Order: sequence, then C-alpha cells, then structure tokens
Amino acid sequence: MSESLGSFARFAPAERLVHRLVGLLMGVCLVTAAILYNGSIMMAVGHRHLVETIHVWSGLALPVPMVAGALSAAYRADVRRLNRFTPADWRWLRSRTRRDGTIAVGKFNAGQKINAWLVAGSTGVLLGTGAVMYWTGLVRLSWRSGATFVHDWFALGLGLLVIGHIVYAIRDPEARRGMRTGRVARHWARAEHGAWAEEMDG
Amino acid sequence: MGADPDGAPVGRRVVLGLLGLGALGVVTGSRIQGGLSELLAPVQLRDPTGFTSLVPLGNTWRYYSVTGSVAPRDATSYALKVSGLVDRPATYRLADLEAMPQLSFTDDFHCVTGWHVPDVPWTGVRLAGLLDAAAPTAEAVGVRFHSFDGTYSVNMTLDQARADDVIIALRMYGDPVTHNHGGPVRIYSGSMYGYKSTKWLSEIEVTPNNDPGYWEDRGYPLDGFIGE
Repeated sequence: MSESLGSFARFAPAERLVHRLVGLLMGVCLVTAAILYNGSIMMAVGHRHLVETIHVWSGLALPVPMVAGALSAAYRADVRRLNRFTPADWRWLRSRTRRDGTIAVGKFNAGQKINAWLVAGSTGVLLGTGAVMYWTGLVRLSWRSGATFVHDWFALGLGLLVIGHIVYAIRDPEARRGMRTGRVARHWARAEHGAWAEEMDG
Repeated sequence: MGADPDGAPVGRRVVLGLLGLGALGVVTGSRIQGGLSELLAPVQLRDPTGFTSLVPLGNTWRYYSVTGSVAPRDATSYALKVSGLVDRPATYRLADLEAMPQLSFTDDFHCVTGWHVPDVPWTGVRLAGLLDAAAPTAEAVGVRFHSFDGTYSVNMTLDQARADDVIIALRMYGDPVTHNHGGPVRIYSGSMYGYKSTKWLSEIEVTPNNDPGYWEDRGYPLDGFIGE
C-alpha cells in the first residue's frame, strides 16, 4: 500500500475514458485530414470518398465524449478548474521561470488550461465549418470558400496543439501515468502542481 | 478579475472568441484568401521546396482520386473512345486530339466544397466539335464521361456538353495536363464545379438519359453549375 500512500488520485475513470475516446477520434481526424489535404498523400492513398466519410463521422463524433463527460461529477469539477484563471495563472504565464515551482500551480497550470480551451473551441469551429463544406446546400458558395479557409487554418492550429500536447506527454512519464492509471506520485504533484498537492494533503 | 476568488472564466471566453473568429472567417475568408493568393501566386508557381503546398496559404490546388493509385497513360497508351448513341463511333489517340483545332482560355477551377483556383490557362478541343463528328442519334439525351481510373464517371446533358467552355483539356498553364491533374486528357467545364470535369478521361458515351454520376450518387447536385 506504500505506493498509494505516496500518490494522489488525479483522474477519475470517466475522465480517462473521455481522454481515450477523444484521443482516438482526434487521431483519426488528423490522419484522414492529412490524406484529404495533401496532394501527394491523396494521390498515393486515393479512395477519397471513403477517407472523407471516415473523417466526417469521426469529426461529428469528436465532441460527443467531450460533452458526455459532463455526466461525471469529477469531469465537471475539472472542467470548472480549467475554466477559471486566477491571478497566479497570469503571473505563471508571464514568468520566465514558471517551471521552478515558485508560483504554486493548482491541479492544472495556465498552459494546460489554455490548451484545453483552444482545443475545445477549435473543435467547435472545425465542426461548424466542416458541416458547411460537407452539406454543400447549407450556405452560399462564398461562405463555403470562407469555411474551407477557416477549416484549413484551424485544422493546422489544432494539429500543432495536439503535437505539442504529445511532446509534453512524452517528456513527462508521471503525467502519462496519471492519465493511464488515474494516480500520480505525491512528489511529482508537489513539484508540478504545488497548490493542488497542498489541497490534497488537506 | 480578482473579485472572484476562483478567478475569471477565461476558458469560456477563449471558446466564444474562437467561435466568433471562425464565423467571421467564414463570411470574409473568401476575400482574405483571394488577397493572399494574389500576393503569393508568383512565389507558389516557382516554389522548389514544395513548402507552400503544405500550408493553406492562398488558393492552392487539391488533388482528388476516388480509387487507389491510377496507372499513368502517355501518348502511346492513351486512347479516347466516343461511343453510345452515335452514328459514327470513334477512337482518338493523343496525337489525333493534338492535331485538332485547339481552344485556349483562362478560367477559374471551382470545387463544390468551396476551394477554387483563379485564372487557370486551359487549352483543348471543344467537346461540341467531337460530338458533332460522332453525330448523336435522335434518342440521345446525355453524355457520360468515363475515367480510366476504372471507377469515376459523370454525366452532362447533351446541351450542357455542347457549351462553349466545355473542352477536352490537353494543356494547363501552357504545359500538358499532368497525371495528378487528370492528364494526359481530362474534361474542363468552366461553368461547372470540378466534379463535372472528369479526370483521366477514357470514354465519352452518348446516352439516352442523364443519370447521376459518382459524386451525384453521394449527394452533389445533378446540374453542377457554379454558384447554384
């Protein structure tokens, strides 16, 4: 039991399930997006209608786990934490030494908060513009052109956010363990999320 | 901001801001893209690195294929059949098509999903001429274009196919139509969306009907006129 004594519960099973589903759907969306967008890949893979169908339905499904997570109280509590920016968050963002632990960080740091909402907002924009491009009778041509423009740039931005997210995860095995098992080591929580560790210690 | 002990609801503001930005982009994006395109076109036409094709800067081409990889055809292997409800079926080699009177004009390429490439120089043989030579019978109503990708086909009515801006395109930008653009021979129809401009053209079949084609079976309008 020594391990659980030295660890904190970080993510509830419902949150980990949402993360897994969103990750899977996001991955499918991004891979099919690359095929649909890039001419060389498209010509090698072909089968545009199949790839397009997979892309569209994964995209439509993507917000479902994000929203369904709200059935879990733990998910709702974490969404609330992510939503709120304290003065310490602003200081953390401006600080050059933000990683040294001087500014006590809550359960999520300001970067994680911003990333979460950029991903959520971009998903919404991609959903709306994607629908306009797919159901071509919805709006007039110049708006479809605008939707294609917006969809392209937001997809590029979201792809970069996801790559950044994965790079941070690769560099931090304990953060990955948190999402895999739901628990993180106490010493990691103290170093990375000091204010949250204090909260957990009571 | 400091009044709320839990902090400001920045997450909600970020989402609403992005949604607003997205909506603004949908309405104005066409003009922004046009401006970017004019600025960047000289760079993109001469970009040796290919970088500009990776990012959505300006109005760039997107290459579509509905099957697996398509085996390229050249002057020796290429043939175009004119068949169906005609008095004089014919088969043309690439050299036969090149020897015919050529029509050149500059016109935009529009995809129904919204992307477009402005001011593309096209050269080819007017389809109306080939149809006249084949002499459609009294029962003829439509034209079916078949692709040598083995899957794609699409229709036009006989009247639509005879329009001035419907050509059997042999050249784009002054050079032979490349394989990725549907060469050596493709259809180009200036007034219609791209899905009417069959790539890798192998057969023009005159038909007693105007049945939906590949993308029309998947939801696109039967009359693919731009702006409708």
